[in-house]
Amino acid sequence: MAYDKFQVLTSTAYPLPTENVDTDQIIPARFLKATERVDFDINFFRDWRYNSDGTPKADFPLNKEIYAGSKILVGGRNFGSGSSREHAAWSVYDFGLRCVISSAFADIFKNNCLNVGVLPVQVSPAFADTLFAAIMADPKTAIKVDLPNQTVTLVATGESESFEINTYKKENMLNGFDDIDYLKNMEDEISAFAETRPF
Amino acid sequence: MATTLFDKVWDSHVVRQVEDGPDVFFIDRHFIHEVTSPVAFIGLESRGNSVVYPARTFAVADHNTPTINQHLPVEDPLSANQLDTLGKNAEKYGISHWGLGDVNNGIVHVVGPENGITLPGATIVCGDSHTSTHGAFGAIAFGIGTSEVEMVLSTQCIMQSKPKAMRINVNGKLGLGVTPKDVALYIIAKQTTSGATGYFVEYAGDVFEDMSMEGRMTVCNLSIEMGARGGMIAPDSKTFEYLKGRAQTPKGADWDKAMKYWETLYTEEGAEFDEEFNYEASEIEPMITYGTNPGMGMGVTKSIPTAESLEGGVDTYKKSLGYMSFNEGDSMVGKEIDFVFLGSCTNGRIEDFRAFCSIVEGRQKAENVTAWLVPGSHKVVDQIKAEGLDTIITDAGFVLREPGCSACLAMNDDKIPSGKLSVSTSNRNFEGRQGPGSRTLLASPLVAAASAVEGVVTDPRTLLTA
Repeated sequence: MAYDKFQVLTSTAYPLPTENVDTDQIIPARFLKATERVDFDINFFRDWRYNSDGTPKADFPLNKEIYAGSKILVGGRNFGSGSSREHAAWSVYDFGLRCVISSAFADIFKNNCLNVGVLPVQVSPAFADTLFAAIMADPKTAIKVDLPNQTVTLVATGESESFEINTYKKENMLNGFDDIDYLKNMEDEISAFAETRPF
Repeated sequence: MATTLFDKVWDSHVVRQVEDGPDVFFIDRHFIHEVTSPVAFIGLESRGNSVVYPARTFAVADHNTPTINQHLPVEDPLSANQLDTLGKNAEKYGISHWGLGDVNNGIVHVVGPENGITLPGATIVCGDSHTSTHGAFGAIAFGIGTSEVEMVLSTQCIMQSKPKAMRINVNGKLGLGVTPKDVALYIIAKQTTSGATGYFVEYAGDVFEDMSMEGRMTVCNLSIEMGARGGMIAPDSKTFEYLKGRAQTPKGADWDKAMKYWETLYTEEGAEFDEEFNYEASEIEPMITYGTNPGMGMGVTKSIPTAESLEGGVDTYKKSLGYMSFNEGDSMVGKEIDFVFLGSCTNGRIEDFRAFCSIVEGRQKAENVTAWLVPGSHKVVDQIKAEGLDTIITDAGFVLREPGCSACLAMNDDKIPSGKLSVSTSNRNFEGRQGPGSRTLLASPLVAAASAVEGVVTDPRTLLTA
């Protein structure tokens, strides 16, 4: 499914310093029964956002008005572990987020994010701490994520760090392309390769 | 230069290397199930694409299926719709489909090997992180997202950067009551839930050489729980013996040709890994988890570590114990439990049911325990009956259910109620994994059986005789 291009994003951010946030928290399994990509924003972090009676948990960062409308989430180490459900990445995007910053991501979640237009930005643990501290001190802290230059910057202080992304994935994200566009352009090469497979 | 098993299989599937980008990686076998495939078919159709190699994809209903009354219509309309959608998509594109009620139905990672679809040296993907299971045969197997499911359907390739290589050696002999599940939970506890992120793991050493194919599947299955993309074990005579004659394995001259290739699938002496770890079998006890990720495990007789004894992450650690209603320093043995779940792609095979029965035979289920015994496939059910294990199970006060993923992820009605404590042979103890508010202790079928008959967390060695 197509996604909007990602170039330079400047936004406030939701802080979620808990480590090892797994994809069962991001989107619990009981909300995976759809056969279309609908309502994943509603059930994003369902059991951390809402009590069992459906009332919002006031102290959960995604429910705090002060952060509302942020397009960035700064998460704790090992963000997105567990299940391969792409629904987790969809729920991030459909909730209105375009970037998750963490000091470490689980592999499958990271891949899924790149495939659906969410930029996973891996920073050093020290810079992640700097970001959390800045948001705690001022919830309106603006963070600038510059994909062409591969930098993430605290706008107020200018503190900045560069991040890695391979050229191929970067071009995709900058242009809103995905892997199927690339693969369909090499069909003959793939079918020739398939002929050589023993089973 | 000496090469690894992983390099041999990976490199032979690279169609093209993208400059400063991922490899275009060819997929031999693709499993799909009802939960992560529907949107892939929508994407495929919206682009006007079709399924290029339908014979390389296998549809199996498992995540959302009921485990009682499978002969009746599925009650939950959303689940029924997903199951129906899988069947329709499979039929439309000529993909084989083992739906609810099919004699070959079961959990995708159980039925793949069982039917000889899983082969050494193959690349296998599925929109499910426990696809790593198939690495037990010397395949490269890992979980993918739905975008990648669409890629495989429409091109038979995905774009993947090659992971780094790790080898984990476990040497020596396992003690009484120590199972493949314990070996895996021990390794994960050492590595933590993220220690192998970015790596593909090869398991080697005496313990894995001595292990049955089913045990190897259990170990490889859990590779993802330490962050690894997958795990694999070099194929050997046990692998070939397991595969020979299964429904979809090569036959006759094709088998001989395949064997010639499979016998080359091992890590050569002197090959280098990016990381290597060595553990001793004698150090491993029956394991149990106490927290909310699979890395939070320990020997069943140990006490829950204190936050101070850990490196960093104190807030997360305390949050986790708070969710479990446990305290630092608690002993796990003796904690009263409410549920026992035997099953899943981790421990839903015949050897797991044999292990469970070895303890419950001649004993009775504790009154405070609700137990769900869910075989991994219909073939496992048939084998349970052929061996008379069903009688042992019934005599001990248990009930055998029908196959599916069941309470491992609780998408169907098999949900552990909020606050209840479950000893589970599955793979994840995340918050709410087995139902909102449920609390999960991961363990082996032996620990599950011992706890089921005692009603409290129990070291199975106290009920076993050498």
